[in-house]
Amino acid sequence: MGQIEKFPETSRLVVIGNGMAAGRALEELFAKARKPMKVTVFGAEPRVNYDRIMLSPVLAGEKNFDDIIIHDEDWYDRNGVNLRRGEAIVAIDRARKRVETAGGESFAYDKLVIATGSLPFVIPVPGANLEGVVTFRDLDDVEKMDAAARKGGHAVVIGGGLLGLEAAAGLALKGMKVSVVHLMPTLMERQLDASAGYLLEKAISARGIDVYTRADTEAILGAERVEGVKLKDGRLLPADLVVMAVGIRPNATLAKSAGLDCNRGVVVDDLMRTSDHDIFAVGECVEHRGQCYGLVAPLYDMAKVLASELAGDNPQGFVPAATSTRLKVTGIDLFSVGDFSDDDENNEVVLRDPARGIYKRVILRDNKIVGAVLYGDTGDGAWYFDLLKKGEDIGAIRDTLIFGQAYQGGSPLDPTAAVAALPDDAEICGCNGVCKSAIVSAISEDGLTTLDDVRAKTKASASCGQCAGKVELLLSSTLGDAYQKSDRRPMCKCTDLTHEDVRGFIRSKKLKSLPAVMQELGWKSSGGCPSCQPALNYYLVCAWPSEYVDDYQARFINERVHANIQKDGTFSVVPRMWGGVTTPDELRAIADIADRFKVPMVKVTGGQRIDLLGIRKHDLPAVWAQLNAAGLVSGFAYAKAVRTVKTCVGAQFCRFGTQDSTGLGIKLEKLLCGSWTPAKMKLAVSGCPRNCSEVTVKDVGVICVESGFDIHVAGAAGLHVRATDLLGHVDTEEETLEVCAAILQMYREEAAYLERLYKWVEKIGLERLRATIFEDRQAREALYQRFLVSQRCARRDPWAERAAGKHLHEFTPLAVISPVARVAAE
Amino acid sequence: MTIFEDIAMEENNAFWFDCGPVNSIPPRGARTVRTPRREIAVFRTASDEFFALENRCPHKGGPLAEGIVHGRKVACPLHNWIIDLESGAATGADQGCARKFPVKIERGRIYLDMGVAAPA
Repeated sequence: MGQIEKFPETSRLVVIGNGMAAGRALEELFAKARKPMKVTVFGAEPRVNYDRIMLSPVLAGEKNFDDIIIHDEDWYDRNGVNLRRGEAIVAIDRARKRVETAGGESFAYDKLVIATGSLPFVIPVPGANLEGVVTFRDLDDVEKMDAAARKGGHAVVIGGGLLGLEAAAGLALKGMKVSVVHLMPTLMERQLDASAGYLLEKAISARGIDVYTRADTEAILGAERVEGVKLKDGRLLPADLVVMAVGIRPNATLAKSAGLDCNRGVVVDDLMRTSDHDIFAVGECVEHRGQCYGLVAPLYDMAKVLASELAGDNPQGFVPAATSTRLKVTGIDLFSVGDFSDDDENNEVVLRDPARGIYKRVILRDNKIVGAVLYGDTGDGAWYFDLLKKGEDIGAIRDTLIFGQAYQGGSPLDPTAAVAALPDDAEICGCNGVCKSAIVSAISEDGLTTLDDVRAKTKASASCGQCAGKVELLLSSTLGDAYQKSDRRPMCKCTDLTHEDVRGFIRSKKLKSLPAVMQELGWKSSGGCPSCQPALNYYLVCAWPSEYVDDYQARFINERVHANIQKDGTFSVVPRMWGGVTTPDELRAIADIADRFKVPMVKVTGGQRIDLLGIRKHDLPAVWAQLNAAGLVSGFAYAKAVRTVKTCVGAQFCRFGTQDSTGLGIKLEKLLCGSWTPAKMKLAVSGCPRNCSEVTVKDVGVICVESGFDIHVAGAAGLHVRATDLLGHVDTEEETLEVCAAILQMYREEAAYLERLYKWVEKIGLERLRATIFEDRQAREALYQRFLVSQRCARRDPWAERAAGKHLHEFTPLAVISPVARVAAE
Repeated sequence: MTIFEDIAMEENNAFWFDCGPVNSIPPRGARTVRTPRREIAVFRTASDEFFALENRCPHKGGPLAEGIVHGRKVACPLHNWIIDLESGAATGADQGCARKFPVKIERGRIYLDMGVAAPA
């Protein structure tokens, strides 16, 4: 093969398809010196070649069809192209080298180009063929949407990718009430990372478009016309128009029926040749080295290769290049290119400006740019793309790279000197518009000495907190040696904010997802680290119990699989024994399970329950199902949560007992169980001051006395040993329960993640806790009510959910490959 | 006839084992592939990259598949060593390396090359 054969004198070139790839190939071909060629183009659409990418502005009413025509009638005439528009080809006869039209006509070819493009993917749900369900592919679709929009009403766009969002924005501009339904957690997840996706969702929502993420369509409802969309979680969205924009698939039907090699698309080699020597394919219908393409840049590259090959120029083969993405919605600026997979601070540079909604991230490998995601300020997209394509070493400009091309050339500054050198009117806090001189004069005139002082007086760093570091630098440059840097410890290396700062902002700014927190608080990494991910997940669970969707991938393995990982990778399982009380039936069930699963060790814990050690991970769901069947539920022995309420036998049996400590312990455990806390939480109830249940070293404990109940807090008996402090006295069991729950809720809301209760009490002071719980009835009642709300969402037995199949992927291997079992992939 | 014929394809002396669809691993998650010789952890990052390492931390053999996946790294669940998914090497001050295995994604499925010779 290798050698290019020249075409006969007037060879006949037939092109099936009149889209952008075919048009560009012809344009390139006509520009070349070559033998004359008789070209016939068949287009299924009844129009000339137009810019399909610009259909969104046409829908939005910003352009009309004439504006987006690429080749007008005159161009076809000038180049002697016989354009057969509105004529679809239905068959290729390769043996006789002819194509057949839908009208039954037959045309001969010497060389054939298949450019049949792609078809919009229609998800196969009930109702997908109802009237009023459209795709977004060609001008006909735009006209259908336009007609629907003129009647007003509700539109549901299925698919939150590039096309879906452009359709949604266009329909919203035309006055429809639009909802976007997207399967994944963030919009445009193929082109954007979670942070940029979060900003995009915010901008789309700000246009009055409702965005439903993690939303799977179950059915499209309606008798003849579409009336609504039903989601798998049961939600119903009204709809007069449904736009399916979930993706495209190569249209290879014709090629396939002609017997050409096809997988997803028509298989071509590097020169765009199919498995038939005289048939080529180009554009979205093509599969090249296992890859199909939908963006215009690689399609135009293919067109160039094809034209050279047809002209006999002996071209270099097609090499897929990195492509960049932009969204064509007026007022939304986003750009992405290359590989923007997750990474840490070593391999990425992140700049966030929460006040202006800007997010910039450049991804590096070995000092070369491999990808970029820009949102809000995309001016430097082309520059980064250029550096990426050239593979330039950016080691020398790494420190200033993220500020863009305009900032290059200068030498990087020492941060202290940089802040000191700022002019007086330089804005330090973008959120509250506080300039340098306002902060400096507040420090010197009002005698401020700490960051909190400056926050209270000037509002600087009181909103997103990202400028806290700069404010501290100003404090130190203004006060000199007199400034004692606070011992505020940043939460982790992803932020300068403390745990307390972050918790405050989550509530005040109503941040309800991990990407929202990271963007609005200016996280320095794109996706957090193993230290901040679980902390943020807990803060969000605590702040928004009924709204936040718990992110199990942000949790430590023990909480993800509801068991304790052991050194050999097996797990331990501890069922709850309410107040340390069990029954013969429960013990029998535990014994049976220990036998059945050959549990290597059965041990009594310090929390008055039974630990089954050495259970293999894949056995966990079965173990739980059997424990559940005997009425046993998860003991949360693995979690930052309420563990146990240890009790003594109390007045029921003990001759010293003053109250029913066992009964109270059970009530307490039933009230508090299932609640996530900053760190593990152990409680106890003793029937008398002899304290057999070790109340005085528990996080929260109750000591029963003749006159009622003493409430103790802040004990510890682990790394540190600390006796509890007496917080107060209550008269009734009911009040004991309310007080304990209120303490727990205050701890949940205020403590830093992983901070044990005794550390937190030492931090805030026992008096503050006492004042809130015992002297401010309203505050206590409010805490108690918030606890009950949270419990309504939390009190599910995670074992029952897992035994019923939730997150089954956690417990089964992806595949088992062994010489005995032949096929094991599930 | 090879015993692997249903699930393997040969190509450039590599045996690619079909380990199932991409969606069987959650983003920022991992699952294991059991083989007669060892257990392999297949990781999926937030941005849908896939990596495979022997499921043993170079420190004390902890099951890396159970760790928190962040960026292109995983934190071992036993003692929080941070292992680079691409190379298998421990990061920071820690020394050691988990064996890595080639992974590829084709048509939405995960293929793993375990470096085993073709059975005769």
